[in-house]
Amino acid sequence: MTKSELIEILSRKQSHLAQKDVELAVKSLLEKMSQALAGGDRIEVRGFGSFCLHFRPPRSGRNPKTGESVLLDGKYVPHFKPGKELRERVNNGAK
Amino acid sequence: MALTKAVMSEMLFEELGLNKREAKELVELFFEEIRQALEMGDDVKFSGFGNFILRTKNQRPGRNPKTGQEIPISARRVVTFRPGQKLKARVEAYAGNQQ
Repeated sequence: MTKSELIEILSRKQSHLAQKDVELAVKSLLEKMSQALAGGDRIEVRGFGSFCLHFRPPRSGRNPKTGESVLLDGKYVPHFKPGKELRERVNNGAK
Repeated sequence: MALTKAVMSEMLFEELGLNKREAKELVELFFEEIRQALEMGDDVKFSGFGNFILRTKNQRPGRNPKTGQEIPISARRVVTFRPGQKLKARVEAYAGNQQ
């Protein structure tokens, strides 16, 4: 399922809303979620899961072209932990 | 402060002019549709944000960390999140702000 497919499904189910508003809402939600993580905030949605940042310590890497070793800075990466309901439904759906 | 469904509904109310009930319903449905797609075995891909990918795991040996007793971990299907390029770049920038 893609973003545009989700927008279609939601507009069909919330037919009292204009599709353009649903589209705007979905894009705003994803933007808000990105913003939260970009600002170091967590996202917590009961039954769905939570997003937080994990720290990756600095490490030395290599320039693949020259073979020269370079020191890479530590960085944060987004991490998602599925909630109980999502975990159970995903697993039960497979049976 | 953590971003929650309540904060998201409030944003749809304030910035998009949905009424409070519509906003709350839409946020609820947004997450429910993602759960449903994943439950049905469909990966969910949001360009710019990231992809929710399903993986099937075979049975593997495990042990009860308290008792040390060996028990098999059953085969299962799990969901993983792979952040997109754009989100990764934005989050990495956060580290810069901290230093």
